[in-house]
Amino acid sequence: MKPNPLKLSGLEPLIVTPDSNFINVGERTNVTGSKRFLNLIKAQDYTTALEVALDQVRGGAQILDVNMDEGMLDSASEMTTFLNLIASEPEIARIPIMIDSSKWEVILAGLKCIQGKGVVNSISLKDGEEEFLHRAKIIKRFGAAVIAMAFDEDGQADNLERRKEICGRSYKLLSERVGFNSSDIILDPNIFPVATGMEEHRRNALDFFLATKWIRGNLPGAHIIGGVSNVSFSFRGNNPVREAMHSAFLYHAIQHGMDMGIVNPTQLEVYDEIPKELLERVEDVLLDRRDDATERLLEIAEKYKGTGAVKEKETEEWRSESVEKRLSHALIKGITDFIEEDTEEARLKIGSPLEVIEGPLMDGMNVVGDLFGSGKMFLPQVVKSARVMKQAVAYLTPFLEEEKKKNKDTSQRAKVLLATVKGDVHDIGKNIVGVVLACNNFDIVDLGVMVPTEKILEEAEKEKADIIGLSGLITPSLDEMVGVAKEMQKRDMKTPLLIGGATTSRIHTAVKIDPNYESPVIHVLDASRSVTVCSDLLNEVNSARVASSIKTEYSKMREEHERRTASKKLLSFEQAQKNRTEIDWKKSECYKPKFTGTKVFEDVDLSELRNFIDWSPFFRTWMLTGKYPAILDDETVGEQATELFGDAQRMLDEIIEGKFLRAKSVIGFYPANSFGEDVVVFGDEDRTHQKAKFHFLRQQGEKRTGQPNSSLADYIAPWDTGKEDYIGMFAVTSGIGIEKLIDKYETAKDDYNSILVKALADRLAEAHAEWMHYKIRTEFWGYAQQESLNNEELITEEYQGIRPAPGYPACPDHTEKQILWDVMDVEKNTGISLTESFAMYPASSVSGFYFSHPQSRYFGVGKISKDQIIDYAERKGKSVKEIEKWLAPNLGYRTND
Amino acid sequence: MDIKKHLQERILVLDGAMGTMIQRYELTEEDFRGERFKNSNTDLKGNNDLLSVTQPQIIKEIHEKYLEAGADIVETNTFSGTTIAQADYELEEAVYDINFESARLAKEACVAFSNENPDKPRFVAGAMGPTNKTASMSPDVSRPEYRAVSFDGLASAYKLQAKGLMDGGADLLLIETVFDTLNAKAAIFGVLELYEETGKELPIMISGTITDASGRTLSGQTVEAFLISLSHAPLLSIGLNCALGAEQLKPYLKTLSKYSPYFISAYPNAGLPNEFGEYDQGPIEMADQVRSFLDDKLVNILGGCCGTTPNHIKKMAELAAGYSPRTLMDEAAA
Repeated sequence: MKPNPLKLSGLEPLIVTPDSNFINVGERTNVTGSKRFLNLIKAQDYTTALEVALDQVRGGAQILDVNMDEGMLDSASEMTTFLNLIASEPEIARIPIMIDSSKWEVILAGLKCIQGKGVVNSISLKDGEEEFLHRAKIIKRFGAAVIAMAFDEDGQADNLERRKEICGRSYKLLSERVGFNSSDIILDPNIFPVATGMEEHRRNALDFFLATKWIRGNLPGAHIIGGVSNVSFSFRGNNPVREAMHSAFLYHAIQHGMDMGIVNPTQLEVYDEIPKELLERVEDVLLDRRDDATERLLEIAEKYKGTGAVKEKETEEWRSESVEKRLSHALIKGITDFIEEDTEEARLKIGSPLEVIEGPLMDGMNVVGDLFGSGKMFLPQVVKSARVMKQAVAYLTPFLEEEKKKNKDTSQRAKVLLATVKGDVHDIGKNIVGVVLACNNFDIVDLGVMVPTEKILEEAEKEKADIIGLSGLITPSLDEMVGVAKEMQKRDMKTPLLIGGATTSRIHTAVKIDPNYESPVIHVLDASRSVTVCSDLLNEVNSARVASSIKTEYSKMREEHERRTASKKLLSFEQAQKNRTEIDWKKSECYKPKFTGTKVFEDVDLSELRNFIDWSPFFRTWMLTGKYPAILDDETVGEQATELFGDAQRMLDEIIEGKFLRAKSVIGFYPANSFGEDVVVFGDEDRTHQKAKFHFLRQQGEKRTGQPNSSLADYIAPWDTGKEDYIGMFAVTSGIGIEKLIDKYETAKDDYNSILVKALADRLAEAHAEWMHYKIRTEFWGYAQQESLNNEELITEEYQGIRPAPGYPACPDHTEKQILWDVMDVEKNTGISLTESFAMYPASSVSGFYFSHPQSRYFGVGKISKDQIIDYAERKGKSVKEIEKWLAPNLGYRTND
Repeated sequence: MDIKKHLQERILVLDGAMGTMIQRYELTEEDFRGERFKNSNTDLKGNNDLLSVTQPQIIKEIHEKYLEAGADIVETNTFSGTTIAQADYELEEAVYDINFESARLAKEACVAFSNENPDKPRFVAGAMGPTNKTASMSPDVSRPEYRAVSFDGLASAYKLQAKGLMDGGADLLLIETVFDTLNAKAAIFGVLELYEETGKELPIMISGTITDASGRTLSGQTVEAFLISLSHAPLLSIGLNCALGAEQLKPYLKTLSKYSPYFISAYPNAGLPNEFGEYDQGPIEMADQVRSFLDDKLVNILGGCCGTTPNHIKKMAELAAGYSPRTLMDEAAA
């Protein structure tokens, strides 16, 4: 039957008729799918964020998906801001908006901003029929179309019958009970991977097709949407096969009636151009035509990867070029295999080791710098190039020393001094900056981690550094940086100061650091920016202009910030307390854990942790933007991501096999009750002996009706309820033994592997925490024994209970870690120590609390007012001034200093 | 008294401008204040909606003139009857009364005429203007993300207005002079919420306004996008009014008529304003231009906006009587 057209609108109409081509949804303005976009939003760089949207429109997107679901963001307010900004850009606002969120409040916020008819992505029967109907009714009242995911009270639909059942039920409810126009109903019957080797996945594609066809035949007017790249998940790394699978899938899906979707057009082979043999075997898999379909596709898959043979031939060819060209090639391609012999050959040919460096090697590195600067090379490649450079220079160093003895050192390279500030142990980002700057002919002096102000400044003066760069990851480091700037001013220094690292931001730099230092202070967003910034600052012609323009910009940002802070109203602490999370303790079950006290895990199996790794952040460390596994096929960075991923897998194999890293952890459960804003932990089941007290902070932002001003204390039963509640806590590390590895790589001048191992250890630590939480839920605390989630769901944290970490948004005070350490004797039990800023060492560690109550949620405390700070200081027995120092980023008011 | 039946049979005529008529009475500040608001701290002159409360006989008289001229539908005197628009006069408290009284006056006038001639029943359309704030544009160019009014604020203001109008006896609700579709969506949201709460529903009419020669609303939408964005409401009609004269309005009316599954309304201004801001297109000239709407069977409801008078409406009623209405297409074929 002929489906009704789906009519949507931005400033202009979009009508989806049966004759329309497949409708493609632009998906880069999605913080969960694009690290770049996330960073832009975090940095409030809306101008560039809007450019991302504009690029999507210009690239042919017909609908723009906007997603702000990220724990660190106030998602609803970011949705509002961004959609309001889009409304003022007619070229973007031209097309309809897809409001994408798993949070209802964010969907509502989005619906209130769009004048056109958009799409809500998505609702489902997951939370039951009543909630589904309620939400659908509201969406209809806002005049949007709706995507209903094939997900119900029992989970996701994963076979044909369940797909039919849930889609049919959703459709019936939407059209009959809510009165939706059937053409405004978009069903998502779930695209899952095929050819995984698992028997139960064999029919995944076929069932999708059949479900699609069934929908067309039985649910008149409904549209069908899906995320196509999921289907080829098991062939990641083999783009030709994936592309063939996508096209063949789309071909059949469209034939069966799918008409909208999220698919990267560059990841599609033309259906007719898929080699016959490949197409046949792909379709065997998709349509489940043979028992051995998967094996047969695997058999030929490698063949179509098709670059192996060619690569080897290339290898041969470049070896026959001149030595200069070979060096340049080795640098650009990051090949170390022949670097020593080639360097030696060049030295003999050119005569002077310095000229080898300043000649062919620097020429090669300049090419690398240019390619990186113009976005044609990616960070992992650059780091590999730098590794080649470093090894060549290391080879030449003895000769250089000799030459130096003869002449004076005439090196004129600008010197950049880098340090991670006192109390902080995180240095991956700083090292990357060092590598990138070194590639661009800067002389790098790296003072390492936990460097006190005194030392930084003394070394800077001694080394005559032209620029000082500070790095830090945890929030107390921000304060350290302010201290460094003040001290530099006191010493009347003129050296420009660069600020970088995960918690730093332009706004913090502008508001807190810049006013303390008269010479330039510049926040550097990422390593790629550092080159331009440093070059500009040292350029005799430009530097004064650059410096003053940045000063002006920051001072403008300060004013803007002040205006905004002033306009952002906070509730009084008392009002906020009245609006605590409402939990009906009478009806709540307090789960009793399997044991109380601590349990130590001496040696957790890394090969098990490996399965719990969330890879997306790993790629972000390397400045490769995209969500795993889609990133492996990304148009721009896919190739690099695949290569990096391969290297990571190899290194993981080595680490696991050689037991080079050890994972240790401690967990603990204790009887606990909340007393106001504090949670008291008892040493005994009778709850007579108070073992420790944790202090929590409460949100004070103005909330929509029905939204609480949360504090973690809300999630533990108050003492006067008489309920016997418990709290859990943990400290895990996967970094025991990492020093040896780092040492090994650094001695070998191998920055690439040094950064790689740190990044992997970080991932393993996170995986460790995730794995442990899983064990807690299903075993040690055991309140969710039935739970079965796949990795993706784990990453999106769709489970009961939370594990917030001190120093992070829900409980931003790092000093609470000390209490955790004392309660569980963490240092003795795991070897993880705390620095004076309460950073954990080894850096690859995670610690926090476990809350089991089903209503517990992650949130950010955000800005708080002085009344709460005074109360908090009193509760902790600390001075207000000290508390203000630790909680500086959360202060919603100005302090005197 | 099902208006749909009449709309299928003939072109219904909507009344003309209220403001133009009120100006003829040359009312003073004291007239506007009346007894009830004589102690107001703010100047109330110019707050036309208030006259329904302070000078009801004048408003009723105007309605009667339009009914005499042949109008099938009269609009209540409530263009600015929201808490948002009345805030300028600090009269948020009076909003319910303004709407209730306005609807009651119009209803009284209509009932009298309907009783006199039962074959030509008259209808009261509760007029809901756009307010003086926009939900999808910032008034501050340096802060494009800022909004002077929120969706929630608009929705609750419109809900209150609609309640007053319904309680006062309106037969229809007319969300009109829509220059920002998001404002209209908020109005619909508020109205539907009210319908759910009261269990009572009135047919909804929507009328947008095209502000310039680009053929778009002030908030940037094309006519077709405008139509799509509001089609979730159970609409009786959709159409265009104000801003342009009949001649300039026609191409957009054509587009709307082509795609709309609802009845179509049009009530243009009496031409374009002259250099003094006055509308000087005469009844005959206007009727002449409107004729082409009818020749092309574009409309079901015809009336006048700024600058039109009972004479204009009379001419249009005479004209409309000689034409058959636009036929409503089958929604499935849209």
